[in-house]
Amino acid sequence: MSRLIKVDGLAADHWTRLEKPVDGKTVEVPEGNVIVPLSVWLAQRDRLEARDDIGVWFDSDEEPEALGIDCRRFPVIAVNFPKFTDGRGYSIGRLLRERYGFRHELRAVGDVLLDQLFYMKRCGFDAFVLREDKDINKAAKCLEFFSEAYQAAVDQTAPLFRRRERTVTEEAGEVAFA
Amino acid sequence: MYVYDEYDRKILNDRVKQFRDQTQRYLAGELSEEEFLPLRLQNGLYVQRLAPMFRICVPYGMLRSEQLRRLARITRDYDKGYAHFTTRQNIQLNWPKLEEVPDILAELAEVEMHANQTSGNCIRNTTTDQFAGVNADEVVDPRPYCEIIRQWSTYHPEFAFLPRKFKIAVNAAPGSDRAAIQVHDIGLEIVRNDLGELGFRVYAGGGLGRTPMVGPVIREFLPELDLLTYLEAMVRVYNRYGRRDNKFKARIKILVKALTPEVYAEKVEAEWAHIKGSPTRLTPEAIERVKAYFNEPNYQTLDDEPAELVEPRNGSRPFANWLKRNVKPHKKAGYAVVTLTLKETGVPPGDVYDWQLEKIADLADEFSFSEIRVTHEQNVVLADVRQKDLYRLWEMLKTAGFATPNLGLLTDIICCPGGDYCALANAKSIPVAEAIQRRFDDLDYLYDLGDIDLNISGCMNACGHHHVGNIGVLGVDKKGEEYYQVSLGGSSQRDATIGQILGPSFARDQMADVIDKIVKLYVETRTAEERFIDTFRRIGIQPFKERVYEPAH
Ligand code: SF4
Repeated sequence: MSRLIKVDGLAADHWTRLEKPVDGKTVEVPEGNVIVPLSVWLAQRDRLEARDDIGVWFDSDEEPEALGIDCRRFPVIAVNFPKFTDGRGYSIGRLLRERYGFRHELRAVGDVLLDQLFYMKRCGFDAFVLREDKDINKAAKCLEFFSEAYQAAVDQTAPLFRRRERTVTEEAGEVAFA
Repeated sequence: MYVYDEYDRKILNDRVKQFRDQTQRYLAGELSEEEFLPLRLQNGLYVQRLAPMFRICVPYGMLRSEQLRRLARITRDYDKGYAHFTTRQNIQLNWPKLEEVPDILAELAEVEMHANQTSGNCIRNTTTDQFAGVNADEVVDPRPYCEIIRQWSTYHPEFAFLPRKFKIAVNAAPGSDRAAIQVHDIGLEIVRNDLGELGFRVYAGGGLGRTPMVGPVIREFLPELDLLTYLEAMVRVYNRYGRRDNKFKARIKILVKALTPEVYAEKVEAEWAHIKGSPTRLTPEAIERVKAYFNEPNYQTLDDEPAELVEPRNGSRPFANWLKRNVKPHKKAGYAVVTLTLKETGVPPGDVYDWQLEKIADLADEFSFSEIRVTHEQNVVLADVRQKDLYRLWEMLKTAGFATPNLGLLTDIICCPGGDYCALANAKSIPVAEAIQRRFDDLDYLYDLGDIDLNISGCMNACGHHHVGNIGVLGVDKKGEEYYQVSLGGSSQRDATIGQILGPSFARDQMADVIDKIVKLYVETRTAEERFIDTFRRIGIQPFKERVYEPAH
């Protein structure tokens, strides 16, 4: 059964993820929807460019700068969390979304547990491959733990201090613009 | 003081519910130890030698009397009737039950308190000068900026899993640095530039612990409105490039040193260039909104030196002593800043009983607009006391045991919980503090010695800030025995310095003698008006070495 969750619920997974090649080896990228390691994309770009069924994945020590705005071409990008305590993936997510304008599916893979889903969502992830042993039915609740947040992030581009201001100005609005 | 609005309340209540759910899943076996660990740490709960410990946040050291009363009740209902003021301006319970922590959090939330990010690899409680807002010598009140940073850093989605813990401190007093900003991951000094505009001098990469370092300046002037975007850039660079392979090399200080401060600063500037204009940029209105919570209380128009103060001062030497040590001038005429000392000999530094918390709350209501501050020296401050009330207050403090006039003196020891409570300790720290307090019990002698910071940590983690004590004591393990290493010349003030190690370590029962020798050499060598630290800086460590290690005759 698919372990894929999207922000709006369980989803079927149409993608396979290709492991990183062992040092120095070239890998054969199979037919069909494949998410390839960043290094494979960079090495085989000429061959893969024509295909529209290719996604890439970043490991936590890889840099979104390696693709820059070129990331926008992919229907899906995955970011690997090798350990759930490795927080680099959150920065990668935000950079892909906020700096490089990636608009398609951004999925969290690897050591993806329930209690980090909310933060991942805030950092721009909209798909999550939950680790095997975690109860997929609890994901929806964990994605919505908080109804408000202080900071600006991908899901809420105005920090709370700007929204508070707005409430204040709206209240004062009639007087101000009368 | 900041008061929650509906947003703050909603966020905090969601947090309480979230942690209840997480605790239940942990108890049901759905979350492993390892998975639960960062979740509970970020809610203040860590497991120590004897029991779980629970660290409650006191944002930038401010508390209201109702909050103190609630804390007192919590220590009674969920613990053994006492709490501990830490060296990080937090409050710790030593014996809570894990299953009850969600209930404690719910009780705290009712009075706008929490344990957010008081532990774990995330941005911790932002700290500042305990005299903020009442200090005549300050550019502006730093607390609104601390509150702004608190909100930004609370559950920051990108920075909940940093390589290591991350501490920010703010100072706004040009003449002093009670917040010790240069030994923090980020230190912010509020300054005005040549045009009179407000901003921050930014330090990064300071810290204590295993590799103590004084943080370099990475930006001379950061305009006020850019505070949060710049912090976001600084922490993002750290989150991406800080080491994660070795927990002892994971603090930002190691990154700053490895890259050099210049290169770290360049990376931050490059990152910041992308986000400085983002919605995270502060607005004057947002700052004003927070500032409004820190407006001056209703001060009366009073004169300095009223008869109610002068007369008893002339008549009572103990009162005069207490005034000299524990009372500081206030920016408003007729007011004074009073420090209650929690360092009575025989009581572990920073420990307070429930009835003492309630007593402090009553005193705050009666004498100081219902507010108190906690200090990183583990004392409590009533910041707005009328001078004419000082004598009456002193009488009451004496009865409660809060008037030991030893503030800043040798026996006002900063001390971590050490081996009595802490699983990481190499050695006990509290008995060493007590032995020294017992040896130096002559107040006249202590006054004569003047300002000496003595700081004790039970291990390299340096919770007792031993590196920056004028005299620092560090518990070490020597073939399974508890030993103590002494360092001299540290300072956490504006002239932040890391102490130098004196030499081979000592057994516990030697410690009072060692301190005695150090202090005697100082007394013999000092020039008039020279503080311990000044004498040390003049003569260096060598004479102290010789004195302490000279063979007994
Ligand atoms: S310094 Fe060491 S012994 Fe003391 S509280 Fe910190 S970790 Fe524990």
